[in-house]
Amino acid sequence: MDRPLGLLAELSYACPLHCPYCSNPVNLADYRDELTTGEWQRVLAEAAELGVLQAHLSGGEPLQRRDLAEIVRAASRLGLYTNLITSGFGLSARRAGQLRDAGLDHVQISLQADEAALADRIAGAPSFERKKAAARLVKKLGWPLTVNVVLHRHNIDRAGRILELAAALGADRVELANAQYYGWALRNRGGLLPSRAQLERAEAAVRAARARLDGRMEVIYVVPDYYGRYPKPCMGGWGRRQLTVVPNGDVLPCPTAHALPLPRASVRERPLAWIWERSPLFQRFRGTGWMPEPCRSCDRREVDFGGCRCQAFLLTGDAARTDPVCHLSPDHGIVAAAIRTAGSAAGPAGTLACRPHPGRARNG
Amino acid sequence: MPSTMPMRTDSGPGPAGLPGPASRPRLARGVRLAFDPARQRHVLLTPETVTVLNDTGAAILRLCDGERTVAGILAELRCRYDGVAGEEVRLFLAAMLARRRVEVSRG
Repeated sequence: MDRPLGLLAELSYACPLHCPYCSNPVNLADYRDELTTGEWQRVLAEAAELGVLQAHLSGGEPLQRRDLAEIVRAASRLGLYTNLITSGFGLSARRAGQLRDAGLDHVQISLQADEAALADRIAGAPSFERKKAAARLVKKLGWPLTVNVVLHRHNIDRAGRILELAAALGADRVELANAQYYGWALRNRGGLLPSRAQLERAEAAVRAARARLDGRMEVIYVVPDYYGRYPKPCMGGWGRRQLTVVPNGDVLPCPTAHALPLPRASVRERPLAWIWERSPLFQRFRGTGWMPEPCRSCDRREVDFGGCRCQAFLLTGDAARTDPVCHLSPDHGIVAAAIRTAGSAAGPAGTLACRPHPGRARNG
Repeated sequence: MPSTMPMRTDSGPGPAGLPGPASRPRLARGVRLAFDPARQRHVLLTPETVTVLNDTGAAILRLCDGERTVAGILAELRCRYDGVAGEEVRLFLAAMLARRRVEVSRG
């Protein structure tokens, strides 16, 4: 069995933003009983012992945890590479200084668009100017900066201008990531999924920006799996490279596996090593033995691992089926129908449900 | 976040070409050279990647401090090891440059 390389630590689902593409679970209130500082320190130590090298501190908004610097310091002392995945909201000069002193290695800030009115409408809160200020602060303190932008029907036509903004902010890397349809995003798919024509224009804008920038900024484009021929190799295989610990201590093979009807595993009840190696949850889709046809006899079974278990479950009701995104899946018609609808819509359609603020018990 | 998770991406190429003998390579910002105690090997860490290094690769990258020139790095390696092939070291550094693990000053 492989050892995990990365831990995604979702510290809190509290978030001041209300993005309609959020992949957090829809039942946010179930995660209010957050792990304490001491519990996170123990989880990080167990993760390092297990072989984890990178800790991605995310949420919700991880800056909502007042003990974030303590958690970063614990990870850093264990030798982990620490990556803060934030909206930038709440990154004051004081807190940034504390995180710098605690040993934080890298910061990723999300942007919603290249201009305030659209960005703030998508985020459901006035946030654009504060995010830009946070990005400048990250650069001022000498951190490497990644800007992450989730693309969907409402902002994808601005991909070129978004890349210009990221370059102007001094980003070292920018990730343009097409929305993935889980949690709130799946609920809002009808209003978010771009058309094929939109995607082609965005890809042309990415190529043009790469040529113009000549290597000065790394431009990562995450392809939208709905439009691919094959599914994404989600998490590099179930229980193979990555694990996620969510705010209440549940451990998951991927951050959207909340939804699957599988037995829970919690760091409040078991050591992380037992969960990784022995728990029914992590063993359920590990390797290729669980696969149905057409995956079982497919040449790509160890390339994309049958795609995403969560997507299979959310779209077909059975997590053990081939990801319907794959053109070989017997359920591919579900995805094809969603694409046809996106292509026929004249423009932004439907009302988007904004994720709410979940409230939380006090631990952080 | 939370909006994405590791999946198929296209990150485009970094700068191409061999580093000149007078250039001064250093680890790119945000890249860390580390020893992985669980697997007993050297690794190069970025926010999204883990690159496993052999001992030679680790020895070269430890000398990429932004002070030493490529020629200086080669000289240092030759003091320590027998049979250092300059071309292989330059190709390794070129690959690291193209993958943005190493940078040299522009201009």
